[in-house]
Amino acid sequence: MLRWIVERDLMLAWRRRADMLSTVFFFVIVVSLFPLGIGPETQLLRTIAPGVVWVAALLASMLSLGRLFANDYHDGTLEQLLLTPQPLFLVVLGKTLAHWIVAEVPLVLVAPLVGVQFDLSRETLWILFASLLLGTPVLSLIGSVGAALTLGLRGGGVLISLLVLPLYIPALIFGAGAVEASIMGTSPAPHIYLLGAFAIVSLLFSPWATAAALRISLE
Amino acid sequence: MSPGTFVQLTGPNGSGKTSLLRILCGLLAPAEGEVTWQGANIRSLGEEYFTSVTYLGHRHGVKDELSAVENLRISNALNGIAVSKDRARAVLQQMGLAGRELLPARLLSEGQRRRVALARLLVCNTKLWLLDEVMTSLDKGAVALVRSLIENHLANGGIAIVATHQELEVPAPQTKRLELAT
Repeated sequence: MLRWIVERDLMLAWRRRADMLSTVFFFVIVVSLFPLGIGPETQLLRTIAPGVVWVAALLASMLSLGRLFANDYHDGTLEQLLLTPQPLFLVVLGKTLAHWIVAEVPLVLVAPLVGVQFDLSRETLWILFASLLLGTPVLSLIGSVGAALTLGLRGGGVLISLLVLPLYIPALIFGAGAVEASIMGTSPAPHIYLLGAFAIVSLLFSPWATAAALRISLE
Repeated sequence: MSPGTFVQLTGPNGSGKTSLLRILCGLLAPAEGEVTWQGANIRSLGEEYFTSVTYLGHRHGVKDELSAVENLRISNALNGIAVSKDRARAVLQQMGLAGRELLPARLLSEGQRRRVALARLLVCNTKLWLLDEVMTSLDKGAVALVRSLIENHLANGGIAIVATHQELEVPAPQTKRLELAT
């Protein structure tokens, strides 16, 4: 069942490739603006790199969150999904997983490439990749709660940022912290562990919260 | 409500036909009272209840990006019914969509999209049908088709509750008319 939902959402995303690409391009452009604006001061660039890349990833995921449920809501398929004989949290989990694959995985993959502009070492680029790989599921999971709560509201796009961005802060701190530790030459492991723990907690709780929020939004 | 009952819901705009249907399918919680299915409250039945209900609303739930065949197969798969490609084509042909099964639904007209949504009724094996204004933008042929679908369903012991503005004469073991007032 989960497979069908993921497959469906991936198929839909593939038919609307432009949406997916716009998120990636936004990320690439925002990250690239900093080295261009600051100039070739490698020391400074290295210092700000973790924060810049992570903040850009958060903002890029904001772009795609609005669409997570909105399209299905407008054509009535979301109602039908709520009426399928399976636990709603599974439906939500499937849609969130598809969102992660479509909107976040491309960011994770290009992050090491754009990270080169900040004069990061190969090892640090790996840590950046790992921290985003572990942290972006958190963005999709927590973001889905916000997307469900703001469903059908006018100006939902702004509201979703106000709701969700503060909740992203732990992921930002530990994710950027891991990269920073790697730049400083200390072990990034503690940050990575904490980020993993945060990912597990959000995996356990957010599908239920999203399911409950969806029921309220559709009433 | 016994098997074979046909209920026609009528009433002016805003009288609560849609709300009633949404309460009956469990999308909306009733302000008071409860909806029971085979003696149990539908809230406590949860997902189990959805195996016996098909709800088609105003918004027909057809994805613009998917073809008619994909729409039909996916919506049924999510309801736990596997529909093969050939079966989906056959059903869509029966709904008068021959030759358009593989076009993305956004290229179809409003009535044709409605037909795609209604094709689900041919595949599903639920007992209770809740149909909300499904006749809008359908031509005469399609309306007759829907009527015969409902007739078949009732003859097989199903229940259909239909909100509509048009008069719908369906020969049924038991017919009720419920008129809502504002």
